[in-house]
Amino acid sequence: MKPPFSVIFLTTLIGIGQGLFLALYTGQLYAYFDLLPAHDSRSFYAAGSIIALLFLGAGLFASFFHLGHPERAWRSAAMWRTSWLSREVIVLPAFMGMVFLYGLAHWFNWHITVIEIAGGRKVDITLILGALGTILAFALFLCTGMIYACLRFLQEWHTPLTPINFTLLGGASGFLLASIFSAFAAPNSMSFYAGWAIALTLLALLSRSASLLRNKRIKPKSTLSTAIGIKHPHIVQISQGSMGGSFNTRAFFHGMSAQFMRAIKPGFILLTFVLPLIILSIGLFTPKLLIAAFITQYIGLLAERWFFFAEANHPQNLYYQKIA
Amino acid sequence: MTQLALVIDLNVCVGCHACVTSCKEWNTSGPAGPMSDSDPYGADPSGTFFNRVQTFEVGTFPNTQTVHFPKSCLHCEEPPCVPVCPTGASYKRKQDGIVLVDYDKCIGCEYCSWACPYGARELDAKQKVMKKCTLCVDRIYSDTLPEADRKPACVMACPTSARLFGDVHDPESIVSRTIRENAGYALMPEWGTQPANHYLPRRKTTMKIHEDELMRADNPLKIDGKLPKPSKQQPTLDDSTSW
Ligand code: SF4
Ligand code: SF4
Repeated sequence: MKPPFSVIFLTTLIGIGQGLFLALYTGQLYAYFDLLPAHDSRSFYAAGSIIALLFLGAGLFASFFHLGHPERAWRSAAMWRTSWLSREVIVLPAFMGMVFLYGLAHWFNWHITVIEIAGGRKVDITLILGALGTILAFALFLCTGMIYACLRFLQEWHTPLTPINFTLLGGASGFLLASIFSAFAAPNSMSFYAGWAIALTLLALLSRSASLLRNKRIKPKSTLSTAIGIKHPHIVQISQGSMGGSFNTRAFFHGMSAQFMRAIKPGFILLTFVLPLIILSIGLFTPKLLIAAFITQYIGLLAERWFFFAEANHPQNLYYQKIA
Repeated sequence: MTQLALVIDLNVCVGCHACVTSCKEWNTSGPAGPMSDSDPYGADPSGTFFNRVQTFEVGTFPNTQTVHFPKSCLHCEEPPCVPVCPTGASYKRKQDGIVLVDYDKCIGCEYCSWACPYGARELDAKQKVMKKCTLCVDRIYSDTLPEADRKPACVMACPTSARLFGDVHDPESIVSRTIRENAGYALMPEWGTQPANHYLPRRKTTMKIHEDELMRADNPLKIDGKLPKPSKQQPTLDDSTSW
């Protein structure tokens, strides 16, 4: 497939936004159970929500460049019963709305008690909003991943590893951003978030490697023989029916050399996983190094997403092997 | 339930591209707007087509066969391109099984083209909406065209009658009969899309002559055995010159 840059930015940016929100809420839960020192409502949770919203908004903005008719984008919420894309279109704004409410409640210190649980603990509205936001964040990861995983003949994508990778990669980059943020807003929680970022990056490395190994051994179900229905081992295309290119040659081939494809794989593994892990482990307590780790990882994620698309081999390509 | 479809006979197709030009001519002139081209006479021509004729070579030299292969939307009975569309612009008609795109609803997200294993959908570079074969839905139900012309433009144009059009759910229709009698098959059956369009395979035209066709087995003379067969050297009645 041809990697669409708008979608690469969309998926990586909202991943960070989702991960950052999950990090904020994780922090709040830890603080709630007295495992972390309490953070300031406004300067930590509300400010963090604003940053998450900025990333989510940037992703949403990028997604419009993918559309031929962005002015009709509202129509895309219609088919949520069947289409994962439609579901994503609904869940993304819903999640953004929830992050907004969560931030708002923290900004105005609305710690209204909703229920009291055993031991006299009070569950306030921010905890409830945060829980709803968490559900939506995971739902969004699922929708984004399933957009690709549900296409059964794109065999490289058709695996539960696809949504798992999206979740873990988004989580890793979001928690990493949270560690930078806390370095300024709540320095005593910085190592907590950096620790989570390390753990999530390691997990993401595991699941992404699993999908790379899986995809390496894929045997395409479709062949030229099934594509034109002629049982013969030697079939070559002479002409694809046009002298120039077509949508089919532009949208489904990444157009890069085999060397480039070979180089980008270790490249993104290094940038997304190895380097950030090294920088994080030596620089657990230095904000500057955290920023370096975040930027390295984000560049790695762009390459990772590019490769995710480029690696997928669409069966329609069988019909577009040769121009003549 | 009706399922309109094309049957394409690869044994007959000569790769003349008449269906391609006829399709483009009809569908670029309609109320849906042009199927846009860019640089049509230049070095790098490109454009939107509903139908393309591709050519494949089967076998290794000197035992090769050239196969011309017309390719368009197959109007799948389980179309994977339809449920993924977020807007509902892509839909399959209940009444005749034609898969269509509503150009006024399509947002040009390309998702359906990812979901079609056959590469039958093309995003129009100028109109930015997804396009594909409509089975000439504006011809086959037309009130203004003469009855005989209410067929897809490609079918009308084919000089060798390699393209047939009809209802594949009606067992007695021309398409169902040809599929049945000539081993019609579907493309990429491995994905369960159940294409409505079928292809007829290349077949060798051979003549089978059985021995009893060379010599009459039921010759009454032989059965009765009354008249012994004259020897080859003996003159016979019908061979008058040898008297
Ligand atoms: S051939 Fe492709 S575009 Fe046509 S109905 Fe089947 S999946 Fe959809
Ligand atoms: S390109 Fe148009 S028809 Fe295709 S999925 Fe998107 S909105 Fe639907």
